Amino acid sequence: MSATRDIDHLIELMAKLPGLGPRSARRAVLHLIRKRDLLLTPLADVMQTVAATARECLNCGNVGTTDICDICQSEKRANGELCVVEDVADLWAMERSGVFKGRYHVLGGTLSALDAVGPDDLRIPQLVNRLEAETISEVILALNATIDGQTTAHYIADQIEHRVSVTSLAQGVPIGGELDYLDDGTITAALNARKKL
Amino acid sequence: MEWQDDALLLGTRPHGESSVIATVFARERGVHAGVIRGGQSRKMAPVLQPGSQVAVTWRARLEDHIGSFTAEPLRSRAAAVMGGRLALTGAGAVMGLLQYALPEREPHPALYDQTLPLLDLLGQDDIWPLAYLGWEKALLAELGYGLELGKCAVTGQREGLIYVSPKTGRAVSAEGAGDWAGRLLPLPPCLKGEGAAPDAEIALGLETTGYFLRHKVASEQVGKPLPDARERLVALIRKRAA
Repeated sequence: MSATRDIDHLIELMAKLPGLGPRSARRAVLHLIRKRDLLLTPLADVMQTVAATARECLNCGNVGTTDICDICQSEKRANGELCVVEDVADLWAMERSGVFKGRYHVLGGTLSALDAVGPDDLRIPQLVNRLEAETISEVILALNATIDGQTTAHYIADQIEHRVSVTSLAQGVPIGGELDYLDDGTITAALNARKKL
Repeated sequence: MEWQDDALLLGTRPHGESSVIATVFARERGVHAGVIRGGQSRKMAPVLQPGSQVAVTWRARLEDHIGSFTAEPLRSRAAAVMGGRLALTGAGAVMGLLQYALPEREPHPALYDQTLPLLDLLGQDDIWPLAYLGWEKALLAELGYGLELGKCAVTGQREGLIYVSPKTGRAVSAEGAGDWAGRLLPLPPCLKGEGAAPDAEIALGLETTGYFLRHKVASEQVGKPLPDARERLVALIRKRAA
């Protein structure tokens, strides 16, 4: 056993990653070992580098390798629009779409009565500070269409709507969605937000 | 072990990559937690929103295990709740207080039956705050701190009741209050179920019920502060009144 102790440890760690269990981690590790030069060594190198340099952007909460992320540094993104998202995965999803050209603010969660998460546990005070420090004309609340997400959106709107224009994402039928498979709540929201053709 | 019941979903927490631990308020079983496998899926996520009414089946090998739920949707309130600020804040306060104040696995069928109509009124912002005030009174009664607002605790008279004793929860008239008036809590007509109930009066009523929630339920039973969601609701009603 001792001869494979490090490999077992690597499998244990890999198995803790999202989407992987012990069996799939074992397969991944075996694959890495077989492709040592092509995958394992570069992966180890880049993981070491990222472990040393990854940090939260001091301005928006995005993850990067510098104190201020690329988006916050870019003058092209200073178009007056600020998109508020729940976490970094949501920011990456917005960036994937390539539609939004402004800057972001990552809250780090949502208000939750069940988990006793209050406004002070989120990056809401930093958002208010940004409104004073930067030239922002519109805040877009791109929070999840859940009760907690929308409660947070309304709370933030309540705090800042006297200073700046506040909008939120629309809710309704997703692209490729079939009405027959939608839940009652989505159909009601879509009907309430219907638009003239 | 297995049981079936109608329940209100109070909230969920992620459990692993695909499941959730759901906390429900079941009619005959009270506040109860259990794992819902696949609860994070796209199909289940809309069903498992706080305030939804579900038919749950709970299974576990032993009674004190957390066990697992299967949940069938009975009624979704997500669209009504998400329709406005008062509805969202109100739903958060109701779910937060139920989870906060009720001991786990202690049945409260009467409170359950009073909570459903309250949630059905969400979205009707003109009448909902008054319904909520009545519900907080019912919650206090269910927890053993019912307010007695029918007659004065000092003089026994049934007219002119304008205060509540913070010690006993009984009504006090202006005459009975005497020099103690400054130490008593307000008793607006809407707390007795009388009058038109403008927001300012409802906020006063919530000040009184809030006192008992804070000084009796929070300090004597639960041992931690009231949920933020309730404070946000009271602030919102005060803002509407201003």
